[in-house]
Amino acid sequence: MVTAADAQLEISRPTPETLLIRLAGPWVLRRDLPDLIDAVERHAPRGAVRRIAVDATRLETWDSMLIAELRRLKTMCAAGGVEIDFAALPDGARRLIDLATATSERPPQRRSQGRHGFRVAVGVEVIRAVRSVGDMVGFLGETIQALVAAVRGHARFRWVDLLQVMQEHGPAALPIVGLVNFLVGMIIAFIGAIQLERFAAEIYVANLVGVGVVREMGPMMTAIILAGRTSAAFAAQLGTMQVNEEISAFRTMGIPPMQFLVLPRVIALVLMVPLLTVYADVIGIFGGAVVSLVKLHLSLTLFYQQLVGALSMIDWIGGLIKAAVFGVIIVLSGCLRGMQASRSASAVGYAATSAVVTGIVFIIATDAVFTIIYIVLGI
Amino acid sequence: MQSAAPPNDSPICDFAPRDGEAHIQVRGLTMAYGNFVLQRDLNFTINRGDIFVIMGGSGSGKSTLLNHLLGLNPPAKGQVLFEGHSLWDATPEERDLILRRVGVLYQSGALWSSMTLEENIALPLGEYTNLSERQIRELVGFKLALVGLSGFEDYFPSQISGGMRKRAGLARAMALDPEILFFDEPSAGLDPITAKRLDDLILDLRATLGATVVVVTHELDSIFAIGTNSVFLDIERRTQTALGDPKRLRDECPDPTVHSFLTRGRETIEAAQ
Ligand SMILES: Nc1ncnc2c1ncn2[C@@H]1O[C@H](COP(=O)(O)OP(=O)(O)O)[C@@H](O)[C@H]1O
Ligand SMILES: [Mg+2]
Repeated sequence: MVTAADAQLEISRPTPETLLIRLAGPWVLRRDLPDLIDAVERHAPRGAVRRIAVDATRLETWDSMLIAELRRLKTMCAAGGVEIDFAALPDGARRLIDLATATSERPPQRRSQGRHGFRVAVGVEVIRAVRSVGDMVGFLGETIQALVAAVRGHARFRWVDLLQVMQEHGPAALPIVGLVNFLVGMIIAFIGAIQLERFAAEIYVANLVGVGVVREMGPMMTAIILAGRTSAAFAAQLGTMQVNEEISAFRTMGIPPMQFLVLPRVIALVLMVPLLTVYADVIGIFGGAVVSLVKLHLSLTLFYQQLVGALSMIDWIGGLIKAAVFGVIIVLSGCLRGMQASRSASAVGYAATSAVVTGIVFIIATDAVFTIIYIVLGI
Repeated sequence: MQSAAPPNDSPICDFAPRDGEAHIQVRGLTMAYGNFVLQRDLNFTINRGDIFVIMGGSGSGKSTLLNHLLGLNPPAKGQVLFEGHSLWDATPEERDLILRRVGVLYQSGALWSSMTLEENIALPLGEYTNLSERQIRELVGFKLALVGLSGFEDYFPSQISGGMRKRAGLARAMALDPEILFFDEPSAGLDPITAKRLDDLILDLRATLGATVVVVTHELDSIFAIGTNSVFLDIERRTQTALGDPKRLRDECPDPTVHSFLTRGRETIEAAQ
């Protein structure tokens, strides 16, 4: 940067009541400028000075930095009842100062966002958790209403939407669902094999893998994967629509968003999640069989025969009912959080995260409830 | 179109000023997305101190032209010269140096949503200058005061209205005292009073900071209130069809599209009645 000379500041006191500020050199965006306010305060003890004048005859160049400083000076003088005279400043500079001191609109009073203690934080979280159960139940109710309307033939949604959701959140999820469940089947077989070998009961690996995968791990792992994949996607889609006021547009046109947006997604996933779960079960069992073959030298035929004896139709049905319920949870958590999104750009990301967390928590909690019900019913 | 199109390189109405110091020159520019040619053979000069209006119907390529002027889009043909240097052929360092002297107000304000207004404006100041924190705070306060938003330093963009966001975007665009300010539809979505205030602000800024201003707008009030020079992009003919002071174009340009744009089709409607 080329500078002829540095910015200079000279303060004098022609009379006891006036302060004269002489500016010289370039006053531009630079760090090494003299601190105007500080200098004035040092020269003018509070109350003594009644008038401040600025002399700019030797001022070379100036930009916003000078105006910013003079504006602060002016505000300070106004607060202290000191008269300030900018008449000697260049025209442009004077106009800018006037422009910047013209009235701004007043910020509205804001609620204080003070920090709270630990106990308050815990309380807030508990209330939030309870409320989210309430939200989900309420949302479920609205969905059922929409479903009833659909059964009566009043519901409005497009079949294209249904098919598209089925495509995107069914077949498209096959690779990841397959991979994860294959690994889970292998893990169950490994752990089981080590324990069962001690009792020379290796053949029961097939029971362990079969029951474990079909009743628990197949439905649950599939649902958790879909919570990450599908819930997040739904939350982002509906959240974006909320931000763009598309959801309000549906409402004002008398098209209930629950019917148009949520219903096709619910129907699609209630169909797709059990189907994906059957596939996940088969792959998971296959993973277990591979481990049995390699580690325990259990032939596939033997494994299969043992498996058929171990699994009843009830196990399959129990697992698939769970899967269908998980499907509803996945859709509801995604759509709920998406519709709850506020109207800002960051809301979409927040909705997606929150949907995944809600989905997984509800899936695991529901799974626990199912386990208890099945035990009580003796299934 | 009744008459045959004139040769592409001469606009129908050329009232461009013949003197003045060129700030940005557009030479034989063709803009395209892939094979889709938006505009061809653009030739005009933006002079220092101009308030240059880019006019044209929706989809005629005004925002795209703005991106070309900023060196963000590669010209399909021709050149954009910033003080005689081609932006697109400059090294990244040279381009950064030029862009540092440029301020842009995007159509939606484009404030960073995770930062307060103060942080939004302080970020470029912190990046490009070595000012002290006190100086940065004073500058931020001044820029916000200029756009009438004193006291909103700690607000997030989501907590203020659209018009305020636009003004805050202007404060950010002005953070580094740019020599040239670009506006993409500054008054779109604003109420007439706020829009008028923005126009006044643009005039004041040009008068006081001596900045060159390039504005994309369809607001006729704005165009005539602030524009000193302009280019009209014709969406049918895919090239510029008028250059010069918009008031003079309104009164003297015989081209029907330009005329109807600048009179909001009033005469066409009268003729039809
Ligand atoms: N990134 C892009 N890729 C491809 N086409 C684009 C892109 N941006 C804009 N367009 C197309 O270029 C045309 C002009 O767009 P734009 O410059 O935004 O027009 P204006 O601002 O005048 O309304 C439009 O038809 C638009 O579809
Ligand atoms: Mg545009």
